[in-house]
Amino acid sequence: MSESEVILRLEGISKAFPGVRALNNVSLELRAGEVLALVGENGAGKSTLVKILSGAYRKDSGRIFLRGQETEIENPYHAQQLGISVIYQEFNLTPNQTVAANIFIGREPLRRGLGQRLRIVDRRTMEREAQKYLDRLGARISPTALVRDLSVAEQQMVEIAKALAVNAQILIMDEPTSALGEDDVEMLFKVVRSLKEQGISVIFITHRLEEVFRIADRVVVLRDGLRVGDSPIDQITPDQIIHWMVGRELKDMFHKERAEIGAPLLEVRGLTRRGVVENVSFTLRRGEILGFAGLVGAGRTETVRMIFGADPKDAGEIYINGKRVDIRSPLDAIRAGIGLVPEDRGKQGLVLNLPVAENIGLPTLHQYIRARWFLLRSLLNKTAQAYVEKLNIRTPHLQQKVKFLSGGNQQKVVVARWLAAQPQVLIMDEPTRGIDVGAKAEVHALMSQLAQSGVGIIMISSELPEILGMSDRILVMCEGRVTAILEREEATQEIIMAYASGEEVARSVAEKPTD
Amino acid sequence: MKDTSPAASQQTTTRSAKRQAAVSPALFRFREASVLIAFLVLCLFFWWRNPDVFLKPANLAVIMRFIATFGMLAMGEVLVIITRGIDLSVGSMTAFTGVVTAWLILKGIGGLLPPMGIIPTILIVLTIGVLVGIWHGLFVTKLGIPPFIITLGTWLIARGLAAYITRGYPQVFPSEHPFLVLGQGTVFSIPISFLILLAVGVIIHIILNHTALGYRIYAVGGNIDAARLSGVNVDRVRIFCYATSGFLAALTGIILASRLGQGTPTVGSAYELWGIAAAVIGGTSLMGGEGTVIGAILGAAIVGVMQNGMVLLNISSYLQDVILGAVLVVAVVYDTLRRRQSGR
Repeated sequence: MSESEVILRLEGISKAFPGVRALNNVSLELRAGEVLALVGENGAGKSTLVKILSGAYRKDSGRIFLRGQETEIENPYHAQQLGISVIYQEFNLTPNQTVAANIFIGREPLRRGLGQRLRIVDRRTMEREAQKYLDRLGARISPTALVRDLSVAEQQMVEIAKALAVNAQILIMDEPTSALGEDDVEMLFKVVRSLKEQGISVIFITHRLEEVFRIADRVVVLRDGLRVGDSPIDQITPDQIIHWMVGRELKDMFHKERAEIGAPLLEVRGLTRRGVVENVSFTLRRGEILGFAGLVGAGRTETVRMIFGADPKDAGEIYINGKRVDIRSPLDAIRAGIGLVPEDRGKQGLVLNLPVAENIGLPTLHQYIRARWFLLRSLLNKTAQAYVEKLNIRTPHLQQKVKFLSGGNQQKVVVARWLAAQPQVLIMDEPTRGIDVGAKAEVHALMSQLAQSGVGIIMISSELPEILGMSDRILVMCEGRVTAILEREEATQEIIMAYASGEEVARSVAEKPTD
Repeated sequence: MKDTSPAASQQTTTRSAKRQAAVSPALFRFREASVLIAFLVLCLFFWWRNPDVFLKPANLAVIMRFIATFGMLAMGEVLVIITRGIDLSVGSMTAFTGVVTAWLILKGIGGLLPPMGIIPTILIVLTIGVLVGIWHGLFVTKLGIPPFIITLGTWLIARGLAAYITRGYPQVFPSEHPFLVLGQGTVFSIPISFLILLAVGVIIHIILNHTALGYRIYAVGGNIDAARLSGVNVDRVRIFCYATSGFLAALTGIILASRLGQGTPTVGSAYELWGIAAAVIGGTSLMGGEGTVIGAILGAAIVGVMQNGMVLLNISSYLQDVILGAVLVVAVVYDTLRRRQSGR
């Protein structure tokens, strides 16, 4: 493609958060009218980069040049004035207002009314102008429609129109296709191509490699905060991109100890919730750690929540020790011997305002009851104290509110809760996300011990080294389906990532073995 | 346990845990303590300004009857508010249940049944209260209707029914009717209604602090998702709270009817707001997850003593409302600041 003007240049951008280097010396260039795909695993630094460009974060070091001029992006409003607009996965729309009102939010055209005394919103002008932007996108949406009545794809068009209305030159789209059906994706790509022709540059963040090849002119790959690859799209293959995405050293930090794998413990057959999870089947054995790999949105969390009875299922059967169990609520699951360490410990795991002891005892309160009704605090404390010591939870005392503990210790409280319940099956959704290295190793050691004692563990993780390090077998999901169940020995980061990106990609990678 | 962490650090943890454990109960009671201090200061103030009247048994009885009414409603609100709800129906419910009580005892059911005994009537009316509470709970949990709305509906319905049944006229008990003992009688010059409040308070306190249900109520209020994922039947817990609030509203209605010697459709106006105010003054957080029975009763006591004291001081009744409103705001601001400070 022709070399057009460089509109945005980043030089050596770095950003650190406590304990994490989110971006490390990242440089990139964006040309006018170019579609740049930004890809990378979860946590590679894509969103941090976007947030720096949108003014939500300040960079620690590095320089940003806009049309050759060095620029500090102060805040989101400033970014907008500089011509940078971001369309997040969660739309910033007010559902109960019209399309036109959303496009002009905060900048409504005004006119004088009531004898020049009042300035009132000029609704007609606003709607006419809104129509112009919608036409530019080829979107058939009425400016007077309410946003809440629109489809997701239409709402996305409103967001894009909103960006055009503030005269955006750089449009950043964060996973714009993740919530769209195939037809809507094609429509979106048409719009992106027409924006391109109008000279607007697009940074397109996606997990789906196939889309990269359909829409992008160039691809930049981030991994662990580093820019590891940058290539025009016509000079690269999917397996090279995957190699860039995962090509890190497998750090030897996983205390996986071999456990005896026993009889089938949990069998899931044909688990389905329409549009989310399709026909998921697998077997978990005693003493086994089954890793669930996949990209964000692949349906892993939804699958385990259905198994645990937290969300309804449309179809599917669950067997424990060969016996069919009917699980309609978490309580049923707990009675069947299943425990769940949820994804977000603050929102779904802990009652932050309650003490450590109560949080540990919550699913097992019935065990501390004496004389029919009375819950004996001493019994609860004894159990809680035992697990505080066993898991080395650092808390000044059992009555400490959980919100004052560190992330790692909070996570250990959630784990302790399920150890106290003595489940046969323990589901752990991102068990080490956001906790420090030491606590991580402790959680891993504990998982090994549990497996050795015969517990079957399902571990969802978005960190491939963790999946490879801890799992006996690895189930890979993509877009709600199981695309592979791999033995520990045959799995590599590349193979998992290929299956996580879809079967077509996996097949094409398999045809041309890497290295 | 394979992972043998340094034994020394383990010991210091345990030791400091013991030391802290000795300190923490005092901290734990701190919120109620500050409400108690405020209450005692108020009592001293009014006693100083009115040494002759304030501590007279007759006046104390007035105060205690007042606390009995609002404390009862406040306890129901505490339960509901802990689970992030609200019950606006209780004021109207006292009128409705009071009217039904008088009507059943004096007239029976519209010619179908003869006048009923006191005990069966009380049981029926309490059951009505529980059923109305369950009704609220079902709407809130199964249909996801905001508690504000569904209880606001009952607030109107109950008031309207009370007026409709009586055609607007009070149902008056003859003096010396045995039913009147409940609201008017005393034991060692302590009003029976106050003793009922204490008994009910002890029971709810025990439920909240010494049963699995109580632990679950706080867990549901603190984080409903986490509670559900921990196997708590969150719907049943919330329905229990609304049912208890309905029960307490009915009990209050019965006691009020007895105290006034009549079932009146106009009684209990805005009592739900006084109940909520007492709960909040007593440290219940409208954000959910926090609140105690002791706080509710102390909150009602503060309101009761202030109203009584201001009457004794001959403060205009309009100004009384102004002062009480200011007290409510000060209490909430104080509690918010305290919470923010302990947020470390």
